Amino acid sequence: MMSDLEQFRAETRAWLEANCPPEMREPVRTEKDSVWGGRDQSAMTPAQKQWMDRMGERGWTVPDWPKEYGGGGLSAAETKVLREEMAALRCRNPLSSFGISMLGPALLKYGNEAQKKEHLPKIARGEIRWCQGYSEPNAGSDLASLATKAEDKGDHFLVNGQKVWTSYADNADWIFCLVRTDPTNKHNGISFVLFDMRTPGVSTKPILLISGYSPFCETFFDNVKVPKENLVGELNKGWDVAKYLLGHEREMISGMGLGGGGKNPLIEGARKTIGLDAEGRLADPLLRAQIALFEVRAKAFAAQSERFIDELKAGKAHPAQPSMMKYYGTELNKSRHELMMAAGGSDELEWESEASDGGREARAWLRTKANSIEGGTSEVQLNIIAKRILNLPGA
Amino acid sequence: MPLFLNDEQSMLRDTAKDFVGEKAPVSHMRKLRDDKDATGFSRDLWKQFAEMGFTGILVGEDHGGLGLGHVEAGVVLEEIGRNLSPSPFLSTAVAAVEALKGTGHAERWYPGILKGETVAALAIDEGAKHRSSVGLKAERAGNGFRLSGRKQFVTHGHVADLLIVAARTAGAADDEAGVTLFAVPQGAAKMSVTPERLADSSLAARIEFDGVEVDADAVIGEVDAGRDPLGRLLRAGRTGAAAEMLGVGAGAMDMTVNYLKERKQFGTLIGSFQALQHRAAHLYSEMEVARAAVLKAQQLLDAGDDSTGSGGADAAVSVAKAMTGMATMLSVQEGVQMHGGIGMTDEYDIGFYMKRQRVLAEMFGDANFHADRLAQLAGY
Repeated sequence: MMSDLEQFRAETRAWLEANCPPEMREPVRTEKDSVWGGRDQSAMTPAQKQWMDRMGERGWTVPDWPKEYGGGGLSAAETKVLREEMAALRCRNPLSSFGISMLGPALLKYGNEAQKKEHLPKIARGEIRWCQGYSEPNAGSDLASLATKAEDKGDHFLVNGQKVWTSYADNADWIFCLVRTDPTNKHNGISFVLFDMRTPGVSTKPILLISGYSPFCETFFDNVKVPKENLVGELNKGWDVAKYLLGHEREMISGMGLGGGGKNPLIEGARKTIGLDAEGRLADPLLRAQIALFEVRAKAFAAQSERFIDELKAGKAHPAQPSMMKYYGTELNKSRHELMMAAGGSDELEWESEASDGGREARAWLRTKANSIEGGTSEVQLNIIAKRILNLPGA
Repeated sequence: MPLFLNDEQSMLRDTAKDFVGEKAPVSHMRKLRDDKDATGFSRDLWKQFAEMGFTGILVGEDHGGLGLGHVEAGVVLEEIGRNLSPSPFLSTAVAAVEALKGTGHAERWYPGILKGETVAALAIDEGAKHRSSVGLKAERAGNGFRLSGRKQFVTHGHVADLLIVAARTAGAADDEAGVTLFAVPQGAAKMSVTPERLADSSLAARIEFDGVEVDADAVIGEVDAGRDPLGRLLRAGRTGAAAEMLGVGAGAMDMTVNYLKERKQFGTLIGSFQALQHRAAHLYSEMEVARAAVLKAQQLLDAGDDSTGSGGADAAVSVAKAMTGMATMLSVQEGVQMHGGIGMTDEYDIGFYMKRQRVLAEMFGDANFHADRLAQLAGY
């Protein structure tokens, strides 16, 4: 007699086998392999669209959200089973989305019923792509000093100002945005609003980064009218929503420390360029030692990620634990890419060649340098751990 | 199974915390050291461990034990570590119990272990660094075997009722096959046991086997197939040492964080200095990751995972031992440094944590040994 959970596992595996297209079981190699959804789905391959739609219909893009808001309505245990079975079949994540990892949890907690009904199902099905308007040119680590203002004009807010480091703003359909609604009160003068990026007065300008890519934008607001019903939570209480959401953002970024499933590209890369000696060991003993010690941390962090998620679902995680995860995961990811560059040698230095896939690894290596800056720097995370977990004085 | 302690395990932790903290706090170890106690631990305390049921955690219910797992044993070990309590728990109730499991020796030795009367020691290491090779020779002689060679770093070896000895019955020292595990009772002839006091004031023996004769029934498991019980012993011992070390690291971290909250310099608490806050927060992060690695290994062992590939329990054990080795070394180093001058004094306890961590880090292979082992399992 199978338990309910075993039954669920068997059914889940069968469904994934039947519905996950073979192309969606290949490792994610480039940015183009990630699916972000949105109004414009013309860049998606047929397999990507099929996979996203099938998972979206079941609510399995957001398995633990309630069914009424487009989720799968799964328990924590069932969600874990789904994740394990997806990993076992090497199914790709069907949908990467700031709507899922950041806005959704915040709306579930702080949104009103109309906002949940309107936005959550579209996030779950990948119909609307969201971006995050947090950082400003003069509000980075000190985020709460943000200045983009929203004036009360009766039925709407009039928004003016500038955001920066807005990830994929040029491809996003909607933005969740922190605005100043009371200039006299730093933390209690911030509000959290949502608006369509097609609203007149919104413009974006990509920022060219050291990687040669432009994943981030400057985003400008020039007399943008935002309907009052798009305020999430209470007026001037947006900082609470922002902090809650940042916890989820940090959780997401920490996942970068995990690397991918399947073959380990660091070890594969080193084997290819350096080769093995007669005993089957990497022929460069010092690099081998560095990789081996790194792998201890990487595997231990994978266990910590599992523990963190289990504790989170059970309500046992310390509220500031995402800061620890973000700190460790991003620092680990930077180490991984430094080692991958060392393992690849001059092959990976080629910036544009076909052999290097257009400098894929070099660009990825440079991209990771932002991991410990975006979503709160490593130093900010350490401040939070010191203050909120270790209860150290002052600061 | 979620990767955190369930309710029963949490209750056991609370029980162990109270019991070990009350019966064997750091002052207990300090007194044994100051008295130059020749046993190295309190036999009376060992009996009390048995009365609490701790020594039977890994013994099956069919043998009168509790039939629990490595997670539960680890819960007790962590408290032993946190209090630096000298105890034969790891070698006896964890490693030896696992090595004897399912063999004819279980019937003979488990009752004494359950009663807190028997102490077991592990004669595995032959050099200053833990290796997987086994060189001590066991040659057939009459009805049994004759053991010749030497072992070292045998914790409690001078008082053990039972010595578990890894010996070579065929092949060369580095061969995988041809190893046999023996149960050698105390007082065997032609065996000289020399206890040495270690840096942490624990006692570990150097043992010379000068043709020690044992009966055929001293063999644990099968002749030439000793890697099997030895594997169980090492998996349990490594995971257990990691759990105890986690307690040492956590104890040192707690002391240090508390010190940062009470020590004043420049007219303010030193814990308000960002330079120290960041180091403490980094240490906390490393310790959390180590804790997860230990629990993962324990759960995999308890789930009966005996896969030896790079993704199974065997690898998880090495991750746990290596990660804990690194994280707790940081903990004791930062502990002494952040305590400043007082951390260098014998009167203050933080130095004891540094010494104990060093011993446990070395036991059953250090971080480098296990990182190397993981690399081999992953084929590079």
